[in-house]
Amino acid sequence: MRQQSSHRTLWFWVFVGPFAAGLGLFTYVPLLWSLYLSFFDAHNTVSPTKFVGLDNYTSMLRDGAFTGSLWTFTVFSLFIVPATYALSLALALMVNRLRFAQAFFRSVFFLPAACSYVVAALIWKLSIFNGVRFGLANTVLDWFGRDQTAWLSTTHPPWYWLVIVTVRLWLQAGFYMVLFLAGLQRIPAQLYEAAAVDGARPGPQVFRYITFPQLRATSVAVVLLLVINAFQAFDEFYNLLSDARGYPPYARPPLVYLYYTALGQGQNLGLGSAGAVILALIIAVVTIVQARWFGLGRKED
Amino acid sequence: MTISRRRLLSTGGSLALTGALAAGCGSNTGRDNDGSGDAHSGGAVTLQQWYHQYGEAGTEQAVRRYAGAYGKADVKVQWRPGNYDQQTAAALLTSSGPDVFEVNGPTLDQIQGGQIADLTDLFDGVKNDFNPAVLAPKTWEGRIWGIPQVIDMQLLFYRKSLLQDANLRPPGTLDELIYAAAELTRKKVKGLFLGNDGGAGVLGGTPLYAAGLSLITEDGKAGFDDPAAARTLGKFHRLYADKSLLLGAPTDWSDPSAFIQGLTAMQWSGLWALPAVKKALGDDFGVLPFPRDGAAGKPSVPVGAYSSAVSARSRHRAEAKAFAKWLWIDRTAYQEDFALSYGFHVPARISLARKAQKLREGAAADAVRYATENGYAQPLLWTPADQTAYQDALSRIIKDGANPDTELKAVVRRTNDELRRVKKKKS
Repeated sequence: MRQQSSHRTLWFWVFVGPFAAGLGLFTYVPLLWSLYLSFFDAHNTVSPTKFVGLDNYTSMLRDGAFTGSLWTFTVFSLFIVPATYALSLALALMVNRLRFAQAFFRSVFFLPAACSYVVAALIWKLSIFNGVRFGLANTVLDWFGRDQTAWLSTTHPPWYWLVIVTVRLWLQAGFYMVLFLAGLQRIPAQLYEAAAVDGARPGPQVFRYITFPQLRATSVAVVLLLVINAFQAFDEFYNLLSDARGYPPYARPPLVYLYYTALGQGQNLGLGSAGAVILALIIAVVTIVQARWFGLGRKED
Repeated sequence: MTISRRRLLSTGGSLALTGALAAGCGSNTGRDNDGSGDAHSGGAVTLQQWYHQYGEAGTEQAVRRYAGAYGKADVKVQWRPGNYDQQTAAALLTSSGPDVFEVNGPTLDQIQGGQIADLTDLFDGVKNDFNPAVLAPKTWEGRIWGIPQVIDMQLLFYRKSLLQDANLRPPGTLDELIYAAAELTRKKVKGLFLGNDGGAGVLGGTPLYAAGLSLITEDGKAGFDDPAAARTLGKFHRLYADKSLLLGAPTDWSDPSAFIQGLTAMQWSGLWALPAVKKALGDDFGVLPFPRDGAAGKPSVPVGAYSSAVSARSRHRAEAKAFAKWLWIDRTAYQEDFALSYGFHVPARISLARKAQKLREGAAADAVRYATENGYAQPLLWTPADQTAYQDALSRIIKDGANPDTELKAVVRRTNDELRRVKKKKS
């Protein structure tokens, strides 16, 4: 009996050990080291000696470029989260109603999720939304006699948001559609039958009173993931807007700014770490507030 | 102690496996066996040498050939695409980075942070043969921290026939440039290409020097705390508002494709683009410095040089320094080959630049003359933090029409903060 229990412990560590070690080594150690660095003057070093207290935090919070990136990104989140939510739910409802070829359409909508953000961003930048006459979007504009548009360089109107938002929607809507599909398929058919017996009209009325409330748990998870993903956005922004000389001041997400501060030629690892801690705290607070607001973990009524 | 047969077999097997692994590790030099030349086996020490990815065909093979010819150490060349400056900056934090590497600098923070080896002694007897304009930004407190490899410069390329058709002469002032750009703009051809960001990244201090100012003054102060700076930078919004600027081209300012393909009548690019432009357009092009602005202004040509530096954390620092000296100081034939056989650059050694036949005629000769008469190099005291703040301000001025005076005041504050910070530090 005892031997069996020790075997169980051994196998537990055989399976979990490498992953736990990796998590510790590559996640928790750097995280704690970053917290340590944030209290030091750490230019071009990860072993600093000069303690500066909260100076890095106050510098970061006074830095207009950092606070501007937070504000810009809050606006982006306020748009991308509802847009992705609505699109993925709409796709799920459509695919769920299909009587044939459901697997085909599910795959078609999900496949972009398997595409790299970097690759997608480069296709958007170089083929579809480049600013010259042979870009796809400008070719279409040309058919209607409109001038070519520099999609990623025009700030008035801010066409770059169209490029950023469409690439993100294309990439992630399929993934969330699958989550919603799973949620839809968990709703008991009897509920719809009962609603029909009670005279509920199919369509908006059934969606409002049956489907949407039944998707509450899925919706909460989806919105939480969307918000966290939005704040962590880096790849498509970086690949769409940066060049060898840097990154324009608009549509600059916090992670891109911190990347340039800490890992670019600036190499101010103390300041960058302070920014990372501030950003992590903001994401944590937003997530907790949102989870409480939506009642995550509360017993289903 | 008795050894059972099972234990003997398992011990023997373990030893054999260890031996095989050791032999495998020993024979694995990490190089491709392609005979490309970097796998020289003449010495016990292996040096890691990093280069950023050059666009010119043949450059990579050339540097592998040079490395292969070195007899005192094995030199393993890494040809690194992507964000090279960020890669090296991060690698210098560790001892597993390069031993000797090409750097667009080094920056003052890298020098003060003790990441770069002092190379002053390598210049004994040859210092005066290096172009002083590009040696100055590699020098701090009288010590030299990088060997300039080749000199590059940025220039304004213009299409002669398009300017003639529009009855325009090559622009000699900033106002003439703005006017010409608007006049040359058609439905499918833009007047001027300053990069896909409208020039905020590449122009840097060039317009300031064209207005008779500087980024950092000789006595170490912000050189653009002057109304002339705001006046000059403010003019750039006209280019954007007039829709004279080419934006969103598939390639950026450093590549001459947009100019060659007829997407723009004028392009700000580099000397390295000259052979490709000549091949495509023949004599239908000319080069100019950035035009002057204002009464105190003068034409401006940014010059710079990638340099060869040695990591202070290298375990083979002495060997790396010896190799850097051999390649970039002693072997002058390689320097000339590297500068002029693949792309188009000016050798950093004055004696080599003088005798280079390719630099004595046509647009190349003009470019070299502009660099000599109007060249400026980005000062070492201009830090990456200054650069980011300045680029952001310039972007807002060009694209958003932001008030140049207010924007520049914020950059002057940042620059003064940075100057105080770096002057407090000791290398």
